[in-house]
Amino acid sequence: MSSDIALIDGVQAAAVARPGSQDAVAEVLRTAARDKLTVVPCGAGTKLDWGCPPRSADILLDVSALDAVVEHVAGDLVVRVQPGVRLSSLAVELARANQRLAIDGVVPGSTVGGIVSTALSGPSRLLYGTVRDLLIGITVVRADGAVTHSGGKVVKNVAGYDLGKLYTGAYGSLGVITEAIFRLHPVPEAAAWVVADLPDERAVGTAVAAVLDSQVMASALEICRPAPAGPITVAVLLEGVAPGVKARSAAVSALLGSGAATGDEAPSWWSVLPGPIILKLTAEIALVPPLLRGLREAAAVTRLAVDVRGSAGVGVLFAGLAADADPEATGRFVLAARAHCRDAGGFAVLLRAPAAVRARVDAWGPVAGLSLMRRLKDEFDPDHRMAPGRFVGGL
Amino acid sequence: MSAAAASGAALALAERLRPLLGPDAVLTDRAQLRTYECDGLAQFRVTPALVVFPRTAAQCQAVVRACIDAGVPYVARGSGTGLSGGALPRSDGVLIVTAQMRTIHQIDVANQRAVVDPGVINLQVTRDATPHGYYYAPDPSSQQICSIGGNVAENSGGAHCLKYGFTVNHVTGCEVVTPDGEIVQMGGKAVDSPGYDLLGAFVGSEGTLGITTRVTVRLLRAPEAVQTLLAAFHSTDDAGTAVSAIIGAGVLPAAVEMMDALAIEAAEAAVACGYPEGAGAVLIVELDGPAAEVDHTFAAVQKHCRDHGAFEIRVAADPVQRALFWKGRKSAFAAVGRISPDYIVQDGVIPRTALPEVLRRIAALSGERGVRVANVFHAGDGNLHPLVLFDDAIEGQGEQAEEVSGAILDLCIEYGGSITGEHGVGSDKAKYMPRMFTEVDLDTMQMLRCAFDPAGLCNPGKIFPTPRLCGEVPGRHKEAHPLVQAGVADVF
Repeated sequence: MSSDIALIDGVQAAAVARPGSQDAVAEVLRTAARDKLTVVPCGAGTKLDWGCPPRSADILLDVSALDAVVEHVAGDLVVRVQPGVRLSSLAVELARANQRLAIDGVVPGSTVGGIVSTALSGPSRLLYGTVRDLLIGITVVRADGAVTHSGGKVVKNVAGYDLGKLYTGAYGSLGVITEAIFRLHPVPEAAAWVVADLPDERAVGTAVAAVLDSQVMASALEICRPAPAGPITVAVLLEGVAPGVKARSAAVSALLGSGAATGDEAPSWWSVLPGPIILKLTAEIALVPPLLRGLREAAAVTRLAVDVRGSAGVGVLFAGLAADADPEATGRFVLAARAHCRDAGGFAVLLRAPAAVRARVDAWGPVAGLSLMRRLKDEFDPDHRMAPGRFVGGL
Repeated sequence: MSAAAASGAALALAERLRPLLGPDAVLTDRAQLRTYECDGLAQFRVTPALVVFPRTAAQCQAVVRACIDAGVPYVARGSGTGLSGGALPRSDGVLIVTAQMRTIHQIDVANQRAVVDPGVINLQVTRDATPHGYYYAPDPSSQQICSIGGNVAENSGGAHCLKYGFTVNHVTGCEVVTPDGEIVQMGGKAVDSPGYDLLGAFVGSEGTLGITTRVTVRLLRAPEAVQTLLAAFHSTDDAGTAVSAIIGAGVLPAAVEMMDALAIEAAEAAVACGYPEGAGAVLIVELDGPAAEVDHTFAAVQKHCRDHGAFEIRVAADPVQRALFWKGRKSAFAAVGRISPDYIVQDGVIPRTALPEVLRRIAALSGERGVRVANVFHAGDGNLHPLVLFDDAIEGQGEQAEEVSGAILDLCIEYGGSITGEHGVGSDKAKYMPRMFTEVDLDTMQMLRCAFDPAGLCNPGKIFPTPRLCGEVPGRHKEAHPLVQAGVADVF
C-alpha cells in the first residue's frame, strides 16, 4: 500500500494491516485490544477524509482484500458479500442474473463496506430506500475481536435487535464489517429520464410536489443547480416495462412543462456528488424550496460558488464547494446553511472539507440523542479505540 | 423482592401516580388488573401489579421516572394484539397502556407524513389519509385493532411488505421516553438525522428500549391501479413453482399469499369466502402501481399461474371482490378455531426458494407426530405461518403441538431462515434465540440494551433467554451484580 493512503486525512497511521480473512481481522482487533491500539477501518479509502479526522490511528485496518461475493442466491434475490467488494464489480456480477443492488455508487471506487459505514445512498433511494433498508444481515468484528452477527439471509426477519441499523453510517466507530447481506431487485426492462430546466425555487417546489403527488411512481427525483443563483434542473427517473415507462414519462413530461425532454440516458450530473468540499443538507420535503433560497442567499453573502444537487423527492441535498474556497467564508456558509436546514426541519453535515474549514465549524453540528450515542459507543468500544474522533460528538 | 414487598411497592406507586394521571388512569383492582394479564398470545398470563393509562408524553415520562425511583419494572402495551407475548406484564411491575393516547396530530400531505400518538389504530391512519389520496403501507392482519405504538415495538409487517417493507421502513421519527426517564426525539419528518441510527434500532426492539409517545410515519401515494387474482392449484408444490416463476421473471408483486387445503377448509367454515372447490392450494397475487405497468405485468402473472398448474384463476373485478379474496386470507388464523379447539400460530421464515422442500418436511412432520398443521403464508418472502392444531382437553396434545411447532422453527433455521418474520421474539421465543444466534451475538445485542436501560427495568425478560448484566465484563465473574442482589435480574 502506498504511504499516502496510510495518511488518513492528515493523520499518519503507524501501521497498516491488510488481513485476508475474517479470522485475520479478528486477530488484528484482538491484538489491538490487548495493546490498547487505535484502529481505523477502511475499504478502498475513497471516503477516509469524510467526517472528522481520527484523533489517532495506530493501525489502519484495510479490508480491501476481503473482496469476495460469497453467495448470490438469485431465486431469493439476496447476496452475501465481503466488505472490500466494489459496488461497481458487484453490479457487473449481479447483472448476469438480471438483478441489482439498488444503491447508486455516488463515489467512484466505493466498496460495500464503505457504503454501509457512511450510509451513502444515491438517487434510487426515493423508491428503493437507503442502505439501511436494503441491508438484511451483517457480520461485524467487535473492538475486542469477537465476531458477531445480526439479521440474516432472509428479508423478513425480526429476531433480535437489528444492529445493522447501528453499524450503517457509524463510520467504523462500533466495529469492523466483515460481511454484509443485501436484498436485491430485478433490473427493470426499461428506464427513462425526464429532464427540465426551471427558473427558480418556487417552480422547483411546484414541480417536485406535482410529481410526488402524481401516481407515476418515480424511482428517483433529483435536482441540480450548478451555479448558486442559476436555473435549476429537475430530472425524474422512471423504471419498469417498456410501455409503462413510455406512458409514465409522458405524464411526468406534462407535469414538468413544455421545456421537458425525455431520454434513455441520465444527465451528466446524475448520481455524482458535487465537491470536493461536500456539505450534506436535509429538510422536510415541502421545505426544499426555502432551503434552496437560503443557500442561494448564503452563497451570495459569502461570495462563494456553490454547486447544489440531490434528492429533492426525499429532502436530501448536497452542496459542493471548490477545494480552494476561502476557509473563513466556507465556515460562514456552513453555519448559514445549518440554520436554514434547521428551519426546514433538517440538519447540515460537513462530510468533507480541508482542516482549515473544519477548524472553524463543527463538521457534524448539533445531534439529537447524543448522550444515548455516547453510552452506545461506551458499550461497544469502551476504550474508544475504533476510528476515534471521526464520528459525531467526538466519538 | 418478595411478593408482598412487590405489591407494597406497586401500591405506593399507585398513590404517587394517581394525582398525576387522574384516578381513572390508575388501576389496582385485582379483577380489573386481570383484564391485562396477556396480550394476543394467551398461553402466557401474568397479572400486573398496576396498570396505568398515560394520556401525554409527560405523563408517560412521570410513570417511567416513578418506576425508576421505586426500582419497579414496567412493560408498555398498545392494543395488546401482539402474538409473541411482548407485552406480557410482570407480576411485580407496572403495565403502561398507551391506548388512551390516540390523537392523529397531523396528516401532512405536502411532506408525505402523518404524526400520530402511539395508541392510534393502524387502519385509522390510512382512513384519515385516504381522502387526500394517500395511505399508510404496513398492514398487519390485525390492522383494524392494533396500534401504531405496538407496530413500532414489533416492527410489524403485513401482506404487502414484500414490496413496501416493514414498519421500520415507514417510520421516520419517534419521540421516546427512554429508560432513564428522558424524552428523546429520534428522527422527525426529515430523513437521515446525523449520528447513530437510534430510530432504526428502536423500531422492532419489542418495547425493551423505551416507550414511544409520538410517531412520524411516511404516507404513500395510493397506487393508480390495483389488480388482484386468486389462483387455485392442485398442490402447494405447483403453487410454489408458480411463485418462483413470477419472482424469477422480475415481477415484484405487492403481495403473494398462499393457503393450503386445511387453511382453506377453515376459512370456508368461518367466513364462506367461496374459494375454488378441490384446491390443494390457493394463491392470492396482488399487483399495484401505475396502470400502464400493472396491466402489462398482470397478464404475465396470470400466464405464469396457468403454466404452473393453476386450474382456476379468478380476477377481482372490483374492490368488493378483492376484499372477499382477502377476507379468507386475513381471517385464516381465527378461522382455524372452526376446525380445531386449540391451535398455535407459528411464525417462521425460510428462503423463498426452499418453500416446496420445507412444506414437504412440515407435512412429513405432521404425519409422523399425528398433529395437523394448516399452512398460511406470505409466499413472496418465505414467511410461514403454520397453524398447529390440537385439543387441549386431550392429555398430551398440547405438548405434542408445542414440539411440532418448535420443530418447524428448527427447520426454518436449518434452511437459513429466521425464527420470526413479524410476530417478534417476546416471551414466546426467547428460548429459541440461541438456536439462531451465538452467545456472542446475543451478548452484543444486549450491549445496545445496556446503553439504553442499564437498570434492566424496561420490559425485562423479553427477547433474550439470559439477561446480560450491564457493566459486566464478558467471561469474568465478579461478586453478585447489584441487579441480582436487588432481585431484578437472575443469572442463569
